[in-house]
Amino acid sequence: MIPPVVECIRAAKSFGPTRAVEDVSFAVGPGEVVGFLGSSGSGKTTLLRLIAGFETVSAGEVRIADKVVSSPYDHVPSERRNVGVVFQEYALFPHLTVAENVEFGLGKLSRHERRRRSGRVLEMVRLDGMGRRYPHQLSGGEQQRVALARTLAPRPVTILLDEPFSNLDASMKSEMRREVCEILKESGATAVFVTHDREEAFAMADRVAVLQSGRLEQIDSPSALYHSPATPLVAKATGACDFLPGRIRGGRAVTDFGSLAVAACSGGLREGTEVDVLIRADDLQLAPDPSAAAVVTSREFRGDEVLLAVRTPSGATVHCRRHHYSTLECETRVRLFPVRSEPFVAFPRRPGA
Amino acid sequence: MTSEDLRIAAAPRWQPPALPAERQTWTRPPAAVWLPVLLITIAMALPPVYLLLRSADASAEAWRLLLRPRTAEIALRSLSLAAAVTLASVALAVPLAWLTVRTDLPYRRVWGVLTALPLVIPSYVGGFLIISALGPKGLLQGVLQGPLGVDRLPSIYGLPGAALTLVLLSYPYVLLTVRGVMGGLNPAYEETARSLGLGPWAVMRRVTLPQLRPAVVSGGLLVGLYTLSDFGAVSLLRYETFTWAIYQQYQTSFDRSTAALLSAALVLAAILILVSEAWTRGRMAYHESAGARRPLRPVGLGRWKWPAILFTGAVVTASLMLPAWVLGYWLVRGLHAGVAMGSIWTAAFNSVSISALAAAAAAVCSLPVAVLVVRYPGIFAKVAERMSYVGYALPGIVVALALVFFGANYARPIYQTAWLLLLAYVVMFLPAALGASRASLLRVGPRLEEAARSLGHGPLRTFLNVTAPLMLPGVLSGAALVFLLTMKELPATLILGPLDFKTLSTQVWSASSEAFFAQAAVPALLLILLSAVPLGYLMLRDRARF
Repeated sequence: MIPPVVECIRAAKSFGPTRAVEDVSFAVGPGEVVGFLGSSGSGKTTLLRLIAGFETVSAGEVRIADKVVSSPYDHVPSERRNVGVVFQEYALFPHLTVAENVEFGLGKLSRHERRRRSGRVLEMVRLDGMGRRYPHQLSGGEQQRVALARTLAPRPVTILLDEPFSNLDASMKSEMRREVCEILKESGATAVFVTHDREEAFAMADRVAVLQSGRLEQIDSPSALYHSPATPLVAKATGACDFLPGRIRGGRAVTDFGSLAVAACSGGLREGTEVDVLIRADDLQLAPDPSAAAVVTSREFRGDEVLLAVRTPSGATVHCRRHHYSTLECETRVRLFPVRSEPFVAFPRRPGA
Repeated sequence: MTSEDLRIAAAPRWQPPALPAERQTWTRPPAAVWLPVLLITIAMALPPVYLLLRSADASAEAWRLLLRPRTAEIALRSLSLAAAVTLASVALAVPLAWLTVRTDLPYRRVWGVLTALPLVIPSYVGGFLIISALGPKGLLQGVLQGPLGVDRLPSIYGLPGAALTLVLLSYPYVLLTVRGVMGGLNPAYEETARSLGLGPWAVMRRVTLPQLRPAVVSGGLLVGLYTLSDFGAVSLLRYETFTWAIYQQYQTSFDRSTAALLSAALVLAAILILVSEAWTRGRMAYHESAGARRPLRPVGLGRWKWPAILFTGAVVTASLMLPAWVLGYWLVRGLHAGVAMGSIWTAAFNSVSISALAAAAAAVCSLPVAVLVVRYPGIFAKVAERMSYVGYALPGIVVALALVFFGANYARPIYQTAWLLLLAYVVMFLPAALGASRASLLRVGPRLEEAARSLGHGPLRTFLNVTAPLMLPGVLSGAALVFLLTMKELPATLILGPLDFKTLSTQVWSASSEAFFAQAAVPALLLILLSAVPLGYLMLRDRARF
C-alpha cells in the first residue's frame, strides 16, 4: 500500500484555554486534493498550520511522507518539511521581483538551474515574461499565480493553500479556481486547501473534510457528504436543508405527510425513536390541495426557480423548489409528497434539542 | 439636550471589531534574541535602580533639603510650565494641522514643511535667540530705545520667556502627530454625519475632533514630557524648574543625594503625566478602518482664506522667520568680530561623529527588542518593552546623573570617556529607534516570514533575506531621528562629556549662558543645518511612501 503523503493522527492544538483543533485524524493520498470546509473559528486554518509546521501540536502527531514531523516531543521546523504554502494574502516578498520570488526556494540549485526552473514554473502559471515585475505591479489574480508558482518551484511533497481565493472578486474567483485546479492536476501535486465556501470545496476537492469547533465531523467525497451526511452539522455545512420531525415505525420515518423510507444511519434507528429527517429543497414536490393541512408561507422568486417555504401541520417549515413559471401564491394549501429516489437520511433527535 | 442627544450619549462607545489574535509562530525566542534584549534591559534599568538606591540611603540633610517649601515651588513651576506649554501647543497645532491637511489653503504643502521646521531648533538656541531679541539690551530694546526712548522692557526671564520659547519649538510635536492621523481619516465618517443632518461645525465637533483625540493626547504628552525634561531653555531663561535645580545642586554640592532626590521627584512628575495619558487612552476606542478609502476632499476656506493665511504666517514668522533673522544678525556680528572657527570645526566633528555612533547603536539595539516584542509576545517582551521606554520618562539630566554614579563606581574604565556618553544617548533615545523598528517590523507580516520558512530558509536566513531588507527603511528613519535628538542633546552632554569634549550644543550653551551671543550664533547655525540633514531625509521618505 502506498503510504499517505499527509497524515494527522489524533492531532490537537490548544492556544491557552482555547482548543483550536481537537482529536483530528485523516490521511491524504498521493495526488489527492483535499479541502477543509468550515466557518471561521472551526480550526481549519490552525490544522493547515500544524501541517505546515508553523504551529506545534499539543497532542497527537502529524506525519508527512510517512515521517513524524510534529508530535508533543518533536517538531521539524517548516523549512525542513518540504511543504509548499500559498497564503491567503499571498505573502509575496515585496522587495523581490516575480522571478526572484519564484527562485527564493531554489537555494540549493545552481544559478542556471534556478533560472530554468523558475522560467518553467512561470510558464506553467501563464506568467512568462512577467519575471522582472514587482508584486505590486500585478493584479490580484496574477499575484495569486505568482504565489502558486513560488510554491510549486521547489517541488514540494504537498501544497497547502489557505483560503486561496478569498482575496479575489467573484468573477475572478471561478476562473482562478479552474486554473489552479488545472495547474495542480498538471503538476500532479498533493494538495490541501482551506475554505469557508462550500461551492469552492465541492468544485476543487476530491474529498472534503468538514470541520466544526476544532473537530473533524466527516471526510468524504463531495457527493457522499451531500447525500449521506453523518451529522446534522455536516448536512447544514454542505447545503441548505430543513429537518422534519418524525418517529421510526417499522423501519420508516412517520412524518406529517406520510412515512418516508430512511437509510439506516450509523448506530441504527430503533423502533419508536424520535428523529429529524433531512429534507433538501428538491426532495419534495407539492400540489395545490384545498383539503391539505400544509400551507405555503413564503415565496421567493430567484430567476431560475421559485423557492417556496411550506409550514407543515406540526409547525415545521420545509423548503421546496419549483419551476420559475410556478404561480403558487402564499397561503395556498398544498399536499407534499417525496420525490427522492434514495432513502431519506434521519438523525436521532437529541434529548432537549 | 434633545432626547436624541441623550440616546446618543447613553449608547455604548463604539468598540473596534475584535482582531484575530496574532498567531504566534515560534513560541520561545531564540538566544540570539533574548540575550541581547536582556543586556539592553539591564542597561535601561540602571537609571531607575540608581534613583531607588540613592533615595533609599539619602542623608538626613538631603531629605531636609528636599522637604523645604522650595521643592514644592520647583514642582509647581515645572508642572505649570508643562501645562502651559502643552495647552498652547495644542491650541496652535490643531488648527494648523487642519489648515495644512484638510483645506484649500494656498501653498499648503509649503506651509506644511515650514510649520514642522522649528523642530530642528534646540531649546537652548531658542532660549538664546529669545533673550538676545527681547531681553535687556536685546534687539527689540535697541530698536525702541532710539526713537521712543524706551529703556526698559517687561522682563523676559521666568515663566513667560520659557513658555514662549518652548511653545514655539515644541508645537510641531502635536502638529505632526495630529497631521498623521488627519490625513488618514476615513471621509465616510464625516459624510455619514453630514447625511444624518449635522452641519460642518457639528461634524467637526462631534466626528472629526473625537477621532483626533488620541493623536492630540499623544502629541500633547510628547510636549509635556519634553517641557518637563527641558534643560536648555529654562536654564538660560532662569526659570527654576526641576532640571535646572538638579543641575545646580549637582554642580554646587558634594552630597549628590539631594540631586538624586530631586530627580526622583521629577521622574514622579513625568510618571504622573504618562499615567494620565494611559488613563485617557484606556477609555478611548481606537479603530482601524478597513477597505480602500477615497482621498479626502479639501474643505473650501472661502472668505476665511485670508485670516487663515495670516494665522499660519504669524506662527511661521514667530517660530521660524524671526529666529532665523536674529540668528543671522548675530552671525554677521560674530563673523565681523572674528570668532575662532577652529574650535567650532572640532565641536562640529565631535557632534556629528558621536551622534552618528549613537544613531547606529540605538538602531542596532532596537532590533532584538522589536523582534521580541512583535514576534514573541509574552511577559518578558512586555517587561523589555516597558524598560526600553524608560528613556521617555526619564529626563536626560536624570539619566546623566545615574550614569555618572554608575561610571564612577562600577565602570571606571569608561568613566569620563565618550563611551559612557554614548551609553547615555542609547538609554535616552532607544524609544525613538524602537518605535520606528517596531512599526516597520509590524508592517512585515508574519506570513512573509512563514513563506520564507516554508521555502526552506532557516530563521537566520529568513531574517537576513526577508525581514531585514523590508525593515531597513523604517530602521533608518529611526536612526535619523536618534541622530537629530543626539545632535540637540544638552544636559547629558554637559555632565557626562569628557572634560575636553566640546560639541556644538555645549558651545552654544556656554557662550549664550554668558551672553556672548555673537559667539553662540555660528555653532547654533551649524547645529541647525546639520540636524536638518536627517530631518530632510525623514520628510523625503514620508513623501515617497505616499
